[in-house]
Order: sequence, then C-alpha cells, then structure tokens
Amino acid sequence: MYSQGLIGADSSTTESEEFLAAFQARIDREEKIEPNDPMPEGYRRTLVRQIGQHAHSEIVGMLPEGNWITRAPTLRRKAALLAKVQDEGGHGLYLYSAAETLGVSRDQMTEELLAGKAKYSSIFNYPTLTWADIGTIGWLVDGAAIMNQIPLCRCSFGPYARAMIRVCKEESFHQRQGYEIVMTLAKGTPEQKRMAQDSLDRWWWPSLMMFGPSDSDSVHSEQSMTWKIKRFSNDDLRQKFIDATVPQAEYLGLKVPDPDLRFNEETGHYEHGEIDWDEFWRVVKGGGKMNRDRIADRKKAWDDGAWVREAALAHAEKRRARQEATLEAAE
Amino acid sequence: MTQETPLWEVFIRPRNGLSHRHCGSVHAADEVLALQAARDVYTRRGEGLSIWVVRSDQITASDPQTKDETFEPTASKIYRHPTFYEIPDEVGNM
Ligand SMILES: [Fe+2]
Ligand SMILES: [Fe+2]
Repeated sequence: MYSQGLIGADSSTTESEEFLAAFQARIDREEKIEPNDPMPEGYRRTLVRQIGQHAHSEIVGMLPEGNWITRAPTLRRKAALLAKVQDEGGHGLYLYSAAETLGVSRDQMTEELLAGKAKYSSIFNYPTLTWADIGTIGWLVDGAAIMNQIPLCRCSFGPYARAMIRVCKEESFHQRQGYEIVMTLAKGTPEQKRMAQDSLDRWWWPSLMMFGPSDSDSVHSEQSMTWKIKRFSNDDLRQKFIDATVPQAEYLGLKVPDPDLRFNEETGHYEHGEIDWDEFWRVVKGGGKMNRDRIADRKKAWDDGAWVREAALAHAEKRRARQEATLEAAE
Repeated sequence: MTQETPLWEVFIRPRNGLSHRHCGSVHAADEVLALQAARDVYTRRGEGLSIWVVRSDQITASDPQTKDETFEPTASKIYRHPTFYEIPDEVGNM
C-alpha cells in the first residue's frame, strides 16, 4: 500500500492564469508531466506531500507485519511474509525515489517522519494481536491498497505513475498470500475460525477508513482530480472495495461486522453503515494505539543504523582518495 | 545532519537484445553498494540481467524550457522522411 486519501496538502497556487491554463491543457491532453517540466507550485507541493505520505506508509507498514516474522507458524508462511515485507520496503524506496525527482531530499523526508510531522496511513497505528491479523492485513489492507493504486498508475506525474506500475505488479501476491492465511484459519478448528472472525471484526472498519475522508469532507480532492493526480474519489474507491470484498468474506463463512450492510439489487452495490470519522481523525492525528511505537521503532532503526551509513561513506571516501593517489603516482 | 548518502540512477537491461532502461534511483555510499541496493530494490522478480548505476549528479540533461528549439528540426525538415518523395506505384514497394 498505501496512500490514504491525501491528508492536508495545500494545493493553492500563485501562477498566472495563462500558465495554469497551459498546464491544464497538457493535463487534459493526457500528457505526462515529467520532473523538470514547468508545473504550478501547488501541483508540485501536492505531489511531494502525497508521494511522501505514500512512501512513509509503505515503510511504517513493514512494522506491524515484521512483528510476526519470527512467529510465523510454518517455514512456508515465514518465507512468504519475509518476501512481502521486503516488497513493502521496496515500494517505499520506489516512492521516495519518485518524490526526490521533485526536489525534496530523502533525508528531509526521513526527518519529517521521525519528527512525527509527516503523515502515513492510519491503518498502521492498529496493533497486530494474532497471527490471523497477518492474513487479514494481506487480504483487506493490501486489497484496499490495490484499489487505491491501480488508478494511480495513470497519474499525470510520470515518476509516480511508473512507480505505481511496479508496485501494482507486486501487490497481488500480497493479497493472495493473506487471503490464503485467512482461508486456512476459517476452514480450521472452531478456535481458528474464531480467530479469523475476531481479526476481521477489528480490521474491517479501519480498512474502509484507508480510502480517506468522505468526499463531502475531502477538501483538496477536487483540485487533485482536475490535475489528474487522482482519478476516482475516496467514496468511489471505498465502494469498489466493499463490493469486491464482501463476497470474499462470505466465501470464507465470515461475517462482515456491519449490521447495516446490505446489497442493493437496483444499484448492484452494497450499502454500508456509518463510518466512525472521529476515530479516523483521532488515529490520523496521532491518537491511535500504535502511533508512538511506530515512530519510536523507526527512529531506533534509523539511529541504530547511523554507524553503518557513516562507515560506508568513510570507506567510500578512503577508496576514492586511494584511487586518486594511485593515479597521481602513475602520472 | 551528517553528510547525505549520494543518489544513483539505476538502469536495467531486462534481457539480452534490449537496451538498458532507466527505472529509478537508490542512495548508496559508493558504486559497489549502489549496485547491491539496485539489485535488491529493482530486480526481486527477474526484472533484469544487467544493471548500470550512475551518480545522479553526473548526468547532464537538456532543458525542458528549450525543448521547442532543441527538437524543432524534427517537424520542419520533412524531407528527412521517406513519405516526402513521390514514387509512382508501378515502381513497387520502396
Ligand atoms: Fe506496498
Ligand atoms: Fe503490499
């Protein structure tokens, strides 16, 4: 994953009417915008923010799953989970690399995350309490991510679109390995089935929140749509996700924890109950169960790795100096 | 803040017969680590058989602001294209 409906980017921009109209005309012709092209400051700022949040989400998303690598029930599951978590690290790196083309540095982004200033998807501030959660995350969280990311493959900003194409190729494995875990539990002993149901109960609503605030409350959505950074509204994507996922839960014999959920024969869509937006905002703003741990873990990993980064740079410098000395001696 | 780890652009040849293609970038202290990072980040599923890494600050790029002047001749020098020349159909395919 995992870009949430973008949180709080300022898309206001001060360029001349002509400049903006010429830019919009390029967008409307479905031309891709590349890093050195002229672009409105608001477009650049929105993308730096969105790609940054997306990258941070991939990286922080490694933590709840990494928590279970040593406790995976079989070697097969452990190998799959390791590969998945490694993929998420890769996703973070593709995205940081896309953001860097816009002139923001990796260190700047890392500092913002570690200082708790950068946002990331609210879903990762929930704890992974049981093994079933690893299955549910692959199924629901990566499933929601896929819904979000497929349209981003057509984003107007070239480097972001290209990064998304790579990411999307890898997500299907994530979702399938998750669903397989849940399926094994759902078909297992009554205790295992209870575990699967409990996990679905806890992750269903937070997964729906991954699509971001409702369209009516999503302030910067419209500008992002006009600039073709995003192609579908938060609510549309959420609806697609529900329509795809409810039958998958039924197949497993699990119950989606929404008493108001019903299928509307006329529209062909599921209708869902009210989402608890207070919880959403609380978690986004740092009040989730795991916010503090996630940032503390990232900070520890960064600090513990400092000597490696320093040593690698010192070694590179030494090699360079030695090479230069050899060249000089040869002259 | 200590010194920033340099940025490298990564190019991958998907298979023999194709040229290397830009696919993204990595941070690494030197070229050896850059190659390793590029392998881990960009070729986890057989995406390539060969990797090039080039320090990003060593790349010189054309200016997109002058792209009209820079690439204009492709449009105005139409006599560079085969369709500019009239050859009767009887001559056959040429
Ligand atoms: Fe991902
Ligand atoms: Fe994923």
